[in-house]
Amino acid sequence: MTELLKVVGLSKRFGGVKANEDISFDARKGEILGIIGPNGAGKSTLFDLLTGYQEPDSGTVVLNGHTITGMRPDRISRMGVGRTFQKLKPFPDLTLIENVMVGALARTSNIREARDQALEAIAFVDLLAKRHSFARELSTGQRKRLELARALATGPRLLLLDEVTGGVDQKTIPGLIDLVQALRGRGITILTIEHNMQVVMEVSDRILALQFGKRIAFGLPDAVRSDPHVVDAYLGSADAA
Amino acid sequence: MADARQTALSEALSEPVWPASPPLFRIAGVALAVALLAYPLVFTGTFSHHLMIMIFLHAIMAQSWNVIAGMSGQISLGHSLFFGLGAYASAVLYVKLGVTPWVGLVAGMSISALVAAAIGIPTLRLRGHYFAIATLLIGISAQIIFQRWEWVGAASGIWMPIERNNPWLAFQFHGTKLPYYYLSLLFCTLSFAVVWFLQRTRLGMRLLAVRDEPEAAASLGIDVAWHKVVAFMISGAMMSAAGTFFAQYVLVIDPDRVFNLELSVLALLMVVLGGTGTLWGPALGAAILIPLSEFTRTWFGGTGGTVDLIIYGILILLICIYQPRGLLSLVTERLRRRVDTL
Ligand SMILES: Nc1ncnc2c1ncn2[C@@H]1O[C@H](COP(=O)(O)OP(=O)(O)OP(=O)(O)O)[C@@H](O)[C@H]1O
Ligand SMILES: [Mg+2]
Repeated sequence: MTELLKVVGLSKRFGGVKANEDISFDARKGEILGIIGPNGAGKSTLFDLLTGYQEPDSGTVVLNGHTITGMRPDRISRMGVGRTFQKLKPFPDLTLIENVMVGALARTSNIREARDQALEAIAFVDLLAKRHSFARELSTGQRKRLELARALATGPRLLLLDEVTGGVDQKTIPGLIDLVQALRGRGITILTIEHNMQVVMEVSDRILALQFGKRIAFGLPDAVRSDPHVVDAYLGSADAA
Repeated sequence: MADARQTALSEALSEPVWPASPPLFRIAGVALAVALLAYPLVFTGTFSHHLMIMIFLHAIMAQSWNVIAGMSGQISLGHSLFFGLGAYASAVLYVKLGVTPWVGLVAGMSISALVAAAIGIPTLRLRGHYFAIATLLIGISAQIIFQRWEWVGAASGIWMPIERNNPWLAFQFHGTKLPYYYLSLLFCTLSFAVVWFLQRTRLGMRLLAVRDEPEAAASLGIDVAWHKVVAFMISGAMMSAAGTFFAQYVLVIDPDRVFNLELSVLALLMVVLGGTGTLWGPALGAAILIPLSEFTRTWFGGTGGTVDLIIYGILILLICIYQPRGLLSLVTERLRRRVDTL
């Protein structure tokens, strides 16, 4: 069995809002799983449930055979799950190297080793030139790369990326796509939330589509693209937008 | 292209982990060390010694507050608690059991660290201002408890018996303040060393991460609540050492002096004035505020306490408006700009 992540019947309400409702899916080792859905569909909430930032009302999350539902974020991280945040959370008063070092320190307590691993992760996201800048001095695109490098430095088996191409100028998007694909080359399984349809179709092995907190489609990119629910959801949101 | 990146990486890997401080800084550091060591031999007056001892003592307190607030982002308003515990632990052990204050110093630091854990474990898990409120109330309560506690002298406190035969063992020096001067300088240097080392270790870097962005820190495997507790324990132990030193310096302690809320406020003010989370800011704050308070006390007599509080208040307002990162940033920002334009 090559399944790394198995999610069954995950639900979460915020007051009257059903942010996630009975969501089930799985992710295989080394897979890139794209997650799409209109604004407010519940994508980020799903990430919060998977990584312990929110506790699900019901449902289970199984990572590599271990149930991790309801565990604290730091424990889930130590089990090999890395993530970035849609609303970016760099450590503003630390330099880029120091930001990523904190990630690497999850794997080693040796400062020199952590520094070297951090530099490798920074080189991977092609941001070496900025290594001594404070995070608060970086642009949005650079901060997204920072978050990616920082999560990567923890040595995750599973990486959750929340809109790494969103809100970034068009020029940098191809670079970010290459990045995501290169990550797979390292054997990391990736869940990536994406608004840019072209990007998601290009990088994903399979796609999970959400709307109003519910799963509306799950499968190969071509099948999901032509799924009537998905077409509906996107036409609907295009009207609204 | 990939080659260029590889070269850039090898170059970055060959850099030292922590950039060496500029030569100018190192020269200034040596000059400062020499000046501080020579100071009491040049200025021999009792008051000039006393003033510096007070600055060093308060710099330790500021550095202690810097660890909890500047490094882990938690505001303690009851730090006098640990100052008092340190003062009382060594004084009680000495007076009741004849134990040398050096052991009392370690005992006080241990007790303070344990008390910090007992306060921190329930309150530091909570978000928001609970910790600040809890420490404020506990700090005030401790003073009231010690005011009523007969066994430790209640409101009149503890008088240490004079011991002239074994000054180093008894941690009391009569006739000269020189040993106090050098001891407080040593303690102060050690408190600097704690922060300096912390900034370069896994624990310290994780604390900074917790301070800056706790949710992101958790996503990197950091147990946020526990790290705050550890920072509070270290901070409490440092403050306690200052308390023991103070007790041995004045040899008379009472709850009004060592559990005084004003000490907690002063610790906060020195750090905010100098620069929170920096290595030198707390000492800078102490070097500005302490002479101010000592001089106002001599000029205005008994009411000095109120006058210096008013001046503190005005200073803090000015800092908040014009230099929220503290006075030290005036220097560091200018230096950075100069380095950038080179
Ligand atoms: N902490 C919270 N408290 C209350 N409501 C929340 C919370 N988090 C999310 N929601 C609500 O849950 C729903 C799903 O939000 P979520 O952020 O998961 O959507 P999303 O798919 O990530 O949207 P976007 O594409 O805009 O990022 C929304 O209606 C949102 O307002
Ligand atoms: Mg979202």
